[in-house]
This record gives sequence, structure tokens and C-alpha cells, in this order.
Amino acid sequence: MRSHHDMGGETAGKVEPTEHDYAPWEKRVDALMVLLSDRERSLMRVDELRKNIEAIGPDAYDKMTYYERWITSITSTLLQRGVISSDELAKKIADVERREKAGLL
Amino acid sequence: MTPARFQPGDRVKVMKADVPGHLRTPWYIRGHEGEVERICGFFANPEELAFNRHGLPKRALYRVRFAQKKVWPDYAGPAGDTIDVEIYEHWLERA
Amino acid sequence: MSTHHHHDHDHDHHDHAHPTQPDIDGPLTYHQKLEIAIRELMIEKGILSADEVRRTVEAMDARSPAGGAKVVARAWNDPAYKQLLMSDPSKALNQVGVEVGLYKLVVVENTDKVHNLVVCTLCSCYPRAVLGLPPDWYKSRAYRSRAVREPRQVMAEFGLEVPDDTTVRVHDSTADMRYLVLPKRPKGTEGWSEEKLAAIVTRDTMIGVAEARAS
Repeated sequence: MRSHHDMGGETAGKVEPTEHDYAPWEKRVDALMVLLSDRERSLMRVDELRKNIEAIGPDAYDKMTYYERWITSITSTLLQRGVISSDELAKKIADVERREKAGLL
Repeated sequence: MTPARFQPGDRVKVMKADVPGHLRTPWYIRGHEGEVERICGFFANPEELAFNRHGLPKRALYRVRFAQKKVWPDYAGPAGDTIDVEIYEHWLERA
Repeated sequence: MSTHHHHDHDHDHHDHAHPTQPDIDGPLTYHQKLEIAIRELMIEKGILSADEVRRTVEAMDARSPAGGAKVVARAWNDPAYKQLLMSDPSKALNQVGVEVGLYKLVVVENTDKVHNLVVCTLCSCYPRAVLGLPPDWYKSRAYRSRAVREPRQVMAEFGLEVPDDTTVRVHDSTADMRYLVLPKRPKGTEGWSEEKLAAIVTRDTMIGVAEARAS
């Protein structure tokens, strides 16, 4: 079966020549990938990034922006590799939300 | 590293496989015949790298040229138009 | 980088808005929170530092289509350099001080007989070393789906009509190569300096959805 991401030749609409200035958070996602996959750290490979992007369900894949897919995939890979645990991730996200509410971000 | 099995100019056919995993051979080109345009070099297998395995030995990666009219029966352009796709050796057989 | 980026596109006569995405404007999205969480966890574990992230972003900002344009302009003016660019792109990039990047570059030349177009149907592989980050449309479902099957129609949507006696070669960057189109030098640019030539080499001409124009 053809996978959702494997779209060469599928029917699709007009190509709209869209672009935007990448936001700082998007560039940081990219930078995280560059650093985590460099020779020194070698904590993930671009192939794992792609695999975990491909694992995003079709609906979510189409709804997410490019770097939303990336950060999702980076997170999946770090969990799969055991670099982070789901507990510490959940705690950290709760902490980020708490700081946002308190106006500390 | 295993030596390249094909040379530029060789006719090759892409395997028509439907297997799970992380694959870099696009669906649309599977089962099609083309001509080796160049040997791009030797690379670890991305299908293994995607699962944090070493993917060795490195294998030849080819740039294979296909006739658009053969790939897409309804292709609207002239007969000479082509599509080049990079394909790892284990996806190719002699045509 | 962005300024250059946009001017590039304007040359291609596409009149469209360039929405900006402010970083923190209103509540953070889930994915923005996730980025903060992952980055902080990596820093706390000593895997990377905030400074490394900042420097990596700066390096990213330094890469733009200006790198590719410099290489193309040199190749237009110097036949020996063009030959080197076609046969050994890494060496050619080194010679003009353009970063080679992680991937092997393949340069494909547009001529009166051949027009090349680059796409990545599986994800969004792009020659970032010479062009910077890809535009959104390059990563869109429409472009990724249609560029391989209806390249002439897709190019027409960008305002480029390729005549039937010119062969269209599409390059799907599926694996370890990255493709840079060497556009055709437009007529009326004889005697131009490299700098003047580089200014008309837009990003879109190096992807293949546009042709360089003298004005």
C-alpha cells in the first residue's frame, strides 16, 4: 500500500507559491535536529526523523505545519532512543505551561 | 562496501515490492524500467538507519532515468521527457 | 537572509502575500511548547547548550540563495569553472567559499534543449547549503504530488512555459543527492560582471520553476 507521505503522482490542486519567514521557534526546531544528529552527539539520524514523520497519521500529517511535524518526530525519536522518558517530558511540558500562564516565557 | 552491480547505460527494473518500514523508493516508480544514468556513490541502507541500525555494508546508489510516458500513461508532455530517481541497488534488477 | 529570499521571489513576478509568523504572539501552540520542552530537557541533560542552538540558527540564516547565485554567475562567466562545477561540485563550491554541506550536490544544466526541475516527493530534500531553507510551496502536497507527473503544468503555474522541443527532466531527490539547477544565461547579459549576473539568479531559477531574465 502506498504510504501517505509517498505522494508523487497523486492528484492535487494548483501549486500556490506560498512562503513565509521562518519563525524563531521553527529555526530552533531545525537547529535541534542539526545538533542532535551531528557526529559529536549522534543521538538521532535524519532517517529516524523521516521515519517518525511518516508515522504521523494522515490527518495529522496534513494539518501540521512542516516544523510541527519535525518537533513531533524529534520527540518520538528521543523517546524511542531512551534519551528522554515520557514522565520527564510530561513534567517538562506542564512546567512550560505553568510558566506561560505566569507570564514567565 | 559491495561493488556496483550496474553501470551507467544498463537497463534496470525497480522491484515492485509492498513492504512495511521506511523506504526511499517512491511508490510511483516501483515496477518500472529505466536506465542507469550514474552511480551516485555508496551509502548505508536508510531502511536500517531509520531503526538506529548501522545499515552496513554500504551499497551502491544509482540515479536511474525513466521515460515519463512509460511511468504515467496519461503523461501530457513530449515523448522525450524524463524523470530521474535515486534508487539503492537492492531495489533494482537487470531488465 | 529573508530579505534576499523575498526579493528573489519578487523577481519571479509572483504577486502574493508573505505572511510572517511572529514567534510568541498570543498563546503558545502545543508544538511551540514541545520545542521549548525538548530544548530545555536537552540543555539540562548537557546534550547541547543554548549557545549552540543560537549559533546553529545563525549559520542557518547565513545560508541563502546568494550562495547558489554566486556559483551560477561564476559558471556563466568562466567556462573552466563551469566544467568544474559540473564534474566536482564540492570543489567548485569550496573555490568560491560556499559551504558544501552534508550532502553530495549534483548540478544539472539547463540548455536550449533541456530544462531541469527539482522536487522531493517523499519529504522535502533541498540543497540547503546553496539555497538556504526551502520555501513552503516546495514542501506542499500540491508540488510534491504533481511536479513528477505534470511538470510542465506545474511550471506553467509559475509562469514558465517550456516549449515542446525542449526536454523536461524532473529530478526526484529521494536519497543522498541534492540537486542544483544551473539556469540558462539569458540573452542580453553579455559582458556583465559576476555580481550583476548573480543578482538575476533567483532561487526559483535554481529549483527550475523559473528562468533567469536579463531584467
